[in-house]
Amino acid sequence: MDQVAIQRALTRIAHEILEKNRGTDQLAIVGIHTRGVYLAQRLVAAIERVEGVSVPSGEIDITLYRDDVGRSRARPEVRGTTIPFCVDDLRIVLVDDVLYTGRTVRAALDALIDFGRPRAIQLAVLVDRGHRELPIRADYVGKNLPTARDEHVYVRLSERDGVDEVVIE
Amino acid sequence: MFHRRHFLGIEGLTKDELLFLLSTAESFREISEREVKKVPTLRGKTIINLFYEPSTRTRTSFEIAAKRLSADAINITAAASSVAKGETLLDTARNLVAMRPAALVVRHPCSGAPHLLARLVDCPVINAGDGMHEHPTQALLDMMTIRAYKGEIAGLTVAIVGDLLHSRVARSNVLALTTLGAQVRLVGPPTLLPPEFRLWGVEVCTDLRRGLAGVDVVMALRLQRERQARNFLPSIEEYARHFCITPDALAAAKDDVLIMHPGPMNRGVEIDSQVADGPYSVILEQVTNGVAVRMALLYLLATQEREATEEQAEVGLHAPRRHAGALA
Repeated sequence: MDQVAIQRALTRIAHEILEKNRGTDQLAIVGIHTRGVYLAQRLVAAIERVEGVSVPSGEIDITLYRDDVGRSRARPEVRGTTIPFCVDDLRIVLVDDVLYTGRTVRAALDALIDFGRPRAIQLAVLVDRGHRELPIRADYVGKNLPTARDEHVYVRLSERDGVDEVVIE
Repeated sequence: MFHRRHFLGIEGLTKDELLFLLSTAESFREISEREVKKVPTLRGKTIINLFYEPSTRTRTSFEIAAKRLSADAINITAAASSVAKGETLLDTARNLVAMRPAALVVRHPCSGAPHLLARLVDCPVINAGDGMHEHPTQALLDMMTIRAYKGEIAGLTVAIVGDLLHSRVARSNVLALTTLGAQVRLVGPPTLLPPEFRLWGVEVCTDLRRGLAGVDVVMALRLQRERQARNFLPSIEEYARHFCITPDALAAAKDDVLIMHPGPMNRGVEIDSQVADGPYSVILEQVTNGVAVRMALLYLLATQEREATEEQAEVGLHAPRRHAGALA
């Protein structure tokens, strides 16, 4: 995917979110660190362009909720969670770059639910590469990318990587 | 990044390690603001707090930090343990480690006690204050508090005032502040100013008003009466007359000066109540940040895979090594 394809996918997802939730009422967007946060910001901007409403947004770091803490030598950096609104009764769209095993999303669900009881949690991803290990699916998908397990999917975003692209290597 | 097995002191830490620890700690602060103040990270792990000296703040702070990470925290105080029956520190520690804690938090009146345990037992050790040597988690929480108000530590002038001779807090803070690029000024009576501090490139001042002139931060130290500070002073009253931080003495400091104290305070001795409870005081903020600092350290140290270091394998004193898989 190149810059144009990413932008089109996000614009479409923004419309789908509005359609499914019938507008922006009680809607909030939460990005999963690191690249999900930038995608969430872009979705908030896209929704604002369509509806003229800036929906509340937050960011979530799932490091402390991982199911592999202490199993590898690497201890991932903790980057902090910011949910500057009460999640109770909101419809929350979780945003991540790549959906793979589903373990990140499982951790994010636990993290989010520690903040309260949302009315609903939905999932938006830029890329779904398959190989799920948990019963999790996305509500909004930018692109389905069939991959082999030994391939790597790299999502690069201009905010962090200077370029917008999705590549398989 | 921070890849050490133990956290024994500020001495020897690089600037990058300190900055990493501080930014990690800052990420943990939010958890204590939540309604449900708990994350599942250290579920199924045990943290032992082994305290050979009285402590309210530090022990409670470590206990709360462990519990907010879902670890089980066990507190052992020397007076109520087999220490009273004459068991040595090393034997006590080895027995505790045989029960497989994920980390051992140690406070001891002897300088170097946590370092000894780190070498001889197979468990990450955190120094919660050793004798007159270091109190490194206090220095981290102090740095975190300063950063929250001043942004950067580099370029600030910080006065540390009081009983510098006996203070492990001062030692750790001097090391942290100088590593991070602050200018440090030590202020106190000559009998309580250890001469070796001059080797660390700090200013030394024996007059309170001159010492506070133009400073961004004032750290008051507790006059340690239990460490016979009185032998170094004509009287507590005379000390207070010259070195108690009063609103009047503070007039020389910068307008937005921060007032810090590691606690417990001797009100009217090293710090005047008007200052301790005044608008510039961040003393309770320090306590709040202490929990975040200790959560960060427990996260970094207690999630390590169990793996004996080569040194311990050579010494042959460690408990039998478990498979990493046994943790699964």
